[in-house]
Amino acid sequence: MTTREKSWREASLAGVCWKSSKTYLTGDWKTYTPIRDIAKCTKCLQCTIFCPDGAIHWKPEKGDIEFDLNFCKGCGICANECPTKAIMMKIE
Amino acid sequence: MKSIVKQEIQGLNGDEAVALAVKQSDVDVVAAYPITPQTIIVEKLSEYVANGEVEMEYVCTESEHSAMAACLAASATGARVFTASASAGLALMHEMLFVTSGCRAPVVMAVANRALSAPLNIHGDHSDAMAERDSGWIQIYAENAQEVYDSIIQAFRIAEHLDVQLPVMVGLDGFIVSHTLENVKVLEDETVKEFVKTRQFPDVLTHEGKTVPFKLDPDTPMTMGPVALQNYYFEFKRQQEEAMKNALGAIQKIHKEYSQLTGRSYGDGLLEKYKLEDAEIAVVCLGSTAGTVKTVVDELRTAGIKAGLLKIRTYRPMPIKEIADALAGAKAVAVMDRSMSFGGNGGAVFHEVRHALYDSPAHPHAVNYIYGLGGRDTSPTQIHKIFEDLRQIVQSKKPGDLVRYVGLRE
Repeated sequence: MTTREKSWREASLAGVCWKSSKTYLTGDWKTYTPIRDIAKCTKCLQCTIFCPDGAIHWKPEKGDIEFDLNFCKGCGICANECPTKAIMMKIE
Repeated sequence: MKSIVKQEIQGLNGDEAVALAVKQSDVDVVAAYPITPQTIIVEKLSEYVANGEVEMEYVCTESEHSAMAACLAASATGARVFTASASAGLALMHEMLFVTSGCRAPVVMAVANRALSAPLNIHGDHSDAMAERDSGWIQIYAENAQEVYDSIIQAFRIAEHLDVQLPVMVGLDGFIVSHTLENVKVLEDETVKEFVKTRQFPDVLTHEGKTVPFKLDPDTPMTMGPVALQNYYFEFKRQQEEAMKNALGAIQKIHKEYSQLTGRSYGDGLLEKYKLEDAEIAVVCLGSTAGTVKTVVDELRTAGIKAGLLKIRTYRPMPIKEIADALAGAKAVAVMDRSMSFGGNGGAVFHEVRHALYDSPAHPHAVNYIYGLGGRDTSPTQIHKIFEDLRQIVQSKKPGDLVRYVGLRE
């Protein structure tokens, strides 16, 4: 992100957010990326429930899940909770 | 100029004067926890609410930390909010004081100034509020019940001023002011309501790209006080400093408007100068002690001695330039501190007054007197002794000990 940061005169009062959190890609923070073994995945959707960042979405049109790596922080909770051990965390 | 409005004399102690001023100031929410010597304030306010005399939400909390958290939250929704505390209670609020000022919530709080433990002591000194001087709150110290009443009413206007938006603490010396019955000139309810007006809000730009009033509203959502790390925290702190600078002007303006309405004034609202114009020796102090010093100044003037008093009414923001100007004619100055800055070589007021004098061409001698800790009485005789010391400093041109103690057994 290369936008110019605001001076103290320009910044909003009390830090009121002038941008949506959608523009702040917290996926930049991660060290580990989730990799899924499609053969093992039963699409039980436990991972979508446990993800603390809501970064795993059910895509009805594809009939499958999708990781949003822009917001996945690589915490590994999905891999830990997956009942069939279909998710592995790989170092970036 | 408006003519002076109708007023009624009532017998009130400082705490009751606070409660009455709050009752009249169209306050929406009070969240508080009782502590001596502030207790009468919250007792009175809960009584007003129970009797249906005010349309105010009174929130009983389980601690002062929670009280200030509730005040901040209520203020964020746009409510006018008041609380009161003292001593250990104020210390327990410490964390939330910074959150409140950082969120720019214009909460008003009365502090019945009391000593901090240990040893346990319930009586008056300034240790509690002085420990919060860097918390981002405006601090006003009142001399008597009348000034407390007047200052609380003004405090809502100061806090909510569009260029300020900071919380305000009004200090009243524990027991000496909080529990002493005095004649207080009270305004009519309507007059106060008209003076305090309704709360106004600055505009802010939200994440939705809308410019809306700075308050929580489901129709115009916003995030207040979010995380701000190395790249932004500093900028927000600088904004608070600017708001403090703006407060210097706002306090004077609001004080002037109030004095035109009531006929009462406390200097310019920042500093009160008492027989200081031609004074060669001067005492600087805060709060109720100023009353004692005025009596002594009168006695010395009768004896032909050019003595004066500088009462600091507004301690945060510190009117540094105004203090230097006020003391420009003095040859020796005694700064009185009713709290300790352990290991700091003098009290906090002394440090800052001496700081103000550094650039003053007159450069008077300045010495520090620590006094009245834990509610120890400070007599006119002791103040006479301070002025006598100052006369000797002027004569000998030697300041002697920088830090001295009043009424302490050696």
